[in-house]
Amino acid sequence: MRASIVGGSGYAGGELLRLLLAHPQVRVAQVTSQQHAGRYVHGVHPNLRGITRLQFCAVEELQPCDVLFLALPYGRAAAQIEQFAALAERVIDLSADFRLRDAAVYERWYGQSHPNPGWLADFVYGLPELHRERLRGARYVSGVGCNATAVNLALAPLVQAGWIERAVVDLKVGSSEGGNSFSAASHHPERSGAVRSFAPTGHRHQAEVLQALGAMELHFSVTAVELVRGVLCTAHVFLNRDVDEKAVWQLYRAAYGGEPFIRLVHERKGIYRYPEPKILAGTNWCDIGFARDEQSRRLVVLSALDNLMKGAAGTAVQCLNVMMGWPERMGLEFTGLHPV
Amino acid sequence: MNNFECPECGGGVAVGTAVLPGEILECPDCGVELEVISTHPLQLELAPEVAEDWGE
Repeated sequence: MRASIVGGSGYAGGELLRLLLAHPQVRVAQVTSQQHAGRYVHGVHPNLRGITRLQFCAVEELQPCDVLFLALPYGRAAAQIEQFAALAERVIDLSADFRLRDAAVYERWYGQSHPNPGWLADFVYGLPELHRERLRGARYVSGVGCNATAVNLALAPLVQAGWIERAVVDLKVGSSEGGNSFSAASHHPERSGAVRSFAPTGHRHQAEVLQALGAMELHFSVTAVELVRGVLCTAHVFLNRDVDEKAVWQLYRAAYGGEPFIRLVHERKGIYRYPEPKILAGTNWCDIGFARDEQSRRLVVLSALDNLMKGAAGTAVQCLNVMMGWPERMGLEFTGLHPV
Repeated sequence: MNNFECPECGGGVAVGTAVLPGEILECPDCGVELEVISTHPLQLELAPEVAEDWGE
């Protein structure tokens, strides 16, 4: 299958390129970058040195292919979707442009009207754990928000079981979530060592969670910490019933026992007793654990993932595998490093 | 090989036919240690735990 990437010089685009170059069913045809057209891709993504001689091209040079991945800044994919859809049978967009089904909801959270609302209904939200059947044979798939994915996967079994009264979610995230553009806030003396509450309220990914899981009382805060890759979600879930931990185990096993990229992590000994993003770098795992407060109905659910992988490019490739009927782990087998 | 339900998490713990009373087994899911109390009938209980500092 011939795959091309539009916007391949960013972090998510580079991660996607790394995955697709190693995917046994895919041949990467073209990778675009307006800023770097004509340069070898390894000039921007040095981990690909010696792996490929591909050079970035301009978007105007794109040829038809079988699947087109879009890894553009917000708003750009939606503005040009007709042009892109004419080039490929299938389109997978990693941006937020087609994640929300309702244009009014998009406008409320993104502060601008949607550039192309007529296309919103054509895209399937690309989280296989929730939408696997709709993804099979889909033509247009949207990527997922990294923080939204950590929350969606952490809470989905509890929502489906009807156990949640309300949830307060705290996310600690790495600097690569901010993309490869820089600012005064990302200047090393300012960013290094920071524990920065950059979105104590109002983070856009909250909209994706409410869409995916349904209306609920959900509070959502995001803090940037000393990580390059990684998300740790700590969800304080106030349950509407008394349950013991064995029942929680059973609920999560029933929901995720067959999932290829979800592991339940709640161990009684050792160092890695709960999900920890450090050991997930470069993998498509989402680790999920929990701990019940003996004194109340609070259940703390923890999830960890690599924001560029399970939170972006990895899930996009997983979606391609589902769309094509290939094994979901194909091209995503990396198990991570320890120590790292 | 017998399959025993972990009393802590409900996961499956594989128990070999040659286990002896007093032997300590580990649940592959939650990592809890289980002590073989008897083999006929097979009976496992949570083993005593020693509190440890694991990384504050």
